[in-house]
Amino acid sequence: MRGMTPIVKTVTRGMAGMIFLYGIYIVLHGHLTPGGGFAGGVMVAAAFVLVFLAKGSPEAVSEAKKERSSMAESLGILTFWVLAMIGLIGGTFFYNFLTKGKPFRLLSAGFIPLNNIAIGIEVAGALFAIFITLAVLKAGGKK
Amino acid sequence: MNLIPLFVAIPLAMAFVMPLFGRLSRLLPDLLGNAATLALAALSCAMINLPMMVYKVGGWEPVNGVPIGIYLVVDGLAVLMLLIINVIGFAVSVYSIEYMRKYTDKARFYTLFLLMMAGMNGVVISGDMFNLYVFLEVAAIASYALVAFGTEAEELEAAFKYQVMGTAASGFILVGIAVLYSLTGTLNMADAGKVILEQGRSQGALFAGALFLMGFGLKAAIMPFHAWLPDAHPSAPAPISAMLSGVLIKAIGIYALCRIFFNVIGLNLTTSYILMAMGALSMIAGVFLAIGQWDMKRLFAYHSISQMGYVVMAIGIGTPLAVLGGLFHLVNHATFKSLLFLNSGAVVYSTGNRDLQKMGGLNQRMPVTGATSLIASMSIAGIPPFNGFWSKLIIILAAVQAGYYGLAALAVVGSIMTLASFLKVQRYGFFGKLRPVWKKVREAPVFMCVSMVLLALLCVGMGLLLLPGVKDGLLDRAADAVTGGTDYSGLVLGK
Repeated sequence: MRGMTPIVKTVTRGMAGMIFLYGIYIVLHGHLTPGGGFAGGVMVAAAFVLVFLAKGSPEAVSEAKKERSSMAESLGILTFWVLAMIGLIGGTFFYNFLTKGKPFRLLSAGFIPLNNIAIGIEVAGALFAIFITLAVLKAGGKK
Repeated sequence: MNLIPLFVAIPLAMAFVMPLFGRLSRLLPDLLGNAATLALAALSCAMINLPMMVYKVGGWEPVNGVPIGIYLVVDGLAVLMLLIINVIGFAVSVYSIEYMRKYTDKARFYTLFLLMMAGMNGVVISGDMFNLYVFLEVAAIASYALVAFGTEAEELEAAFKYQVMGTAASGFILVGIAVLYSLTGTLNMADAGKVILEQGRSQGALFAGALFLMGFGLKAAIMPFHAWLPDAHPSAPAPISAMLSGVLIKAIGIYALCRIFFNVIGLNLTTSYILMAMGALSMIAGVFLAIGQWDMKRLFAYHSISQMGYVVMAIGIGTPLAVLGGLFHLVNHATFKSLLFLNSGAVVYSTGNRDLQKMGGLNQRMPVTGATSLIASMSIAGIPPFNGFWSKLIIILAAVQAGYYGLAALAVVGSIMTLASFLKVQRYGFFGKLRPVWKKVREAPVFMCVSMVLLALLCVGMGLLLLPGVKDGLLDRAADAVTGGTDYSGLVLGK
């Protein structure tokens, strides 16, 4: 993969971090504002995809990176599963076992923020893995 | 502690543990995968004879009698389906230990396989229409990937066709759910059933019914919607063909049709006639298409369409006896059809060939495969005392009892044609003279034989499910859940 023009690279350098942070903000405030784990996870993945597309280098897309993002995906899902299972041990599947807190505070709504974080990791990992898979397949086809 | 969520939780967890740890050792994927399916099979056996259970996920109690959380419902029909899915799933995963060795990535295979199991279990225990849809998609998408697992041109083409048809089906189902939601204002199946009953059946409900018939009809491959099945099922690896033909089309097709048409919308005479007509058409046309095939797996795939025709026709007749026969045939078909696909897999494993014209005399070299395939062939053809005979007998008796003499005659014709095409399989495949090419063929490895023998024993023994005492616990309760119709909502909502 070749990189893009210096204009794109420079703008990306400034933007990617902000997109990443905004994604994390959306994940963490999932229980308070619109969005949540899925939407935030997509933004986090998009930040990575942006860097890859703009900078572009042969070693950027590799099997190892795919493995790692696929691993992040599995860990995200398993975290979500563990949260649900703790509820099952306490009584009901997906039972909200943490204190609910005051409404509209960041630390409220029991375990829903934790679930959002797990979903965020899962979605970001999965989307990025899909992107790398497509890039690897395309690069493999050109050889 | 109520264990219903484990039907989804166990396979889901194992599916995602697999990519993390599957690389550590070559034995680990087999071990984890089979442990999961064994646990599921044991769990589903433990569900027999328990009273109907309603599980409210997250502990969300209904507000003013209106359910707000997600319900999981295990009634007689769900228990029957859970048994089919998980017992056949266990047999298939034992078989895969050796069969899947020739493919590169076993951990990925088990991930997809367990995801499909989780999806099917979810469809069956869900008491909520949207969750039913989500689990249906989980199972269906995992199955698209599994059909393409060999990544040869033919497999990719079949998977693509399957995916296009499957996505169209899912689209119809989703629109149907949306229409029903706009009519009733609820997604809970029991609550929707209650609201429809109170409103009276409107044009909108009929429209939703038509959409569901197209969507689930496509998933179940009933006759006008069948074209994808003979491509998709034979292209998958043999254990997956067994799972798709034996279980998937029932769990996400027939089961969902029964649940929605009997328990939510309520069956009327028109839908009943449509189901009977579609069933009879699949039954006859499927078998005529099958008999000319020379590719072993393709022949079996066409028979799936034909045998599902029996089930749909019986369920369409709708009398208690017919529904009992239909559901019994559903269970029986799951055992003998998955066994037949596993047999074809054993033949492919040993000879690398599935063209009947090139086989012959394999009984001499592969006695276990030959004997189990004979049992399965006799079962599907309806020869006493194997299980297929009893269910076909009940279906034919029920058709006569309900006054549909024509359908009964068609069922007999279909059965005779089935016998003819399986005599062909036996004659060309397993009996006759051994060709010199196959002189050195060896019997399939031990785990594959174990799994085939297990299913063959089920084929021989399942006629016993009709014994009084055994019948009340399983089949009668499943048939009651279907014929009880819209009583379902009262039972679930507790009034």
